[in-house]
Amino acid sequence: MSADPTQVLAFETDCHIFADCGFPAPGLHSFLFKPIFGNADSNLYFNKPMLLALLGSIIIVGFFWAAFRKPKVVPGKLQMVAEAGYDFVRRGVVYEIIGKKEGEKYVPLIVSLFFFVWMMNLWSIVPVAQFPVTSIIAYPIGLALIVYVLWVSLTFKRHGFVGAFKNFTGYDKSLGAVLPMSMTIELFSNLLVRPFTHAVRLFANMFAGHTLLLLFTIASWYLLNGIGIAYAGVSFVMVIVMTAFELFIQALQAYVFVLLTCSYIQGALAEQH
Amino acid sequence: MSPLLTIAAAEGENPLVPPIPELVIGLLAFVIVFGLLAKKLLPNINKVLEERREAIEGGIEKADAAKTEAESVLEQYKAQLAEARHEAARLRQEATEQGTAIIQEMRAEGQRQREEIVAAGHAQIEADRKSAASALRQDVGKLATELAGKLVGESLEDHARQSRTIDRFLDELEDGASKAEATR
Repeated sequence: MSADPTQVLAFETDCHIFADCGFPAPGLHSFLFKPIFGNADSNLYFNKPMLLALLGSIIIVGFFWAAFRKPKVVPGKLQMVAEAGYDFVRRGVVYEIIGKKEGEKYVPLIVSLFFFVWMMNLWSIVPVAQFPVTSIIAYPIGLALIVYVLWVSLTFKRHGFVGAFKNFTGYDKSLGAVLPMSMTIELFSNLLVRPFTHAVRLFANMFAGHTLLLLFTIASWYLLNGIGIAYAGVSFVMVIVMTAFELFIQALQAYVFVLLTCSYIQGALAEQH
Repeated sequence: MSPLLTIAAAEGENPLVPPIPELVIGLLAFVIVFGLLAKKLLPNINKVLEERREAIEGGIEKADAAKTEAESVLEQYKAQLAEARHEAARLRQEATEQGTAIIQEMRAEGQRQREEIVAAGHAQIEADRKSAASALRQDVGKLATELAGKLVGESLEDHARQSRTIDRFLDELEDGASKAEATR
């Protein structure tokens, strides 16, 4: 992290339109943070996204701890809410895609993944935090890596070396002459592209969402001068609309992430196709 | 250089290259969540969900058992009721029969008593008749003696007169007897 983080909140500047001041557009610098402590040049530092990641973990664990520590057969309100979330992932995602018999083993992983990703996304619209942790590529990559390792090892375990190779390359004799090409593409697509897209899909969505929110928020402030005030109102309405939209996207992306995870696991467990 | 490139150059960062410390913290954060959920909290709730499922199934079973019992009890009550009705009908029948028998008996008794009374009446009449006949016989004897005396007294004028007298006497006698019969 050699960059000089120029992270400033939009409202910390006195920059307005018609005041000989350029628009402080959000950019990559918006995703860089001054370490809270440590040195950004070394690899020993602690910054806001890290804090949010750990805080998010604590919130998830705290929530489920409160709900499931001493669960009752006749549930209380909190337990009922937590059960609904748990049941949604278990039945709605894992059982749907992997199946009840094979999938039961992976329920804890998928449930953890879903709530973890969702929480990290949610930070985006939590006041003061207001930063989606998953818009830093390291976090999605970490999760995608876990899934990738699990998926590849499961494939080898289930099908043996040759079987796994066939699985990765989509080996199908009926393809005839196209087979070598198809196998090359499939191998590339499965082993290299898949984990990358898995992580980037989540990262890019949150990155773009955060950038949009920043754009409209900064614009609302920037336009607050002279005739610009009228436009600032429009921009501010957009902030609210985009916040609501982000709320939806955050849950959707968490859902998509675990859905893909399940479909990879299912692919590894499936018989030769 | 355009401003954007300047910024990018200044930052020197590719957003797709993960910074190692953040990767480590991200994995750590996830492992915390996964560990606690997988080892402690989800098994907890799974156990309870299982218990709940069993409780619901147990409840259904209980309800089934109660229903079966209720049905058997109802059956029993119905049987008892039918039996009671049957018994009542039987008792009624018996009472009717007994009543009939009693009436029959009374009737027979009445008949018997009537016959007794009638027989006693007959016997009485017979006795009366016998005593009357014997009294009559005495009277007839006396009258005959009286008649004989008269006949002797008239000195037997002629046979015809004599026989007329006798006839008349007998007629009188007969008249008296028939009158007595009629009055009786």
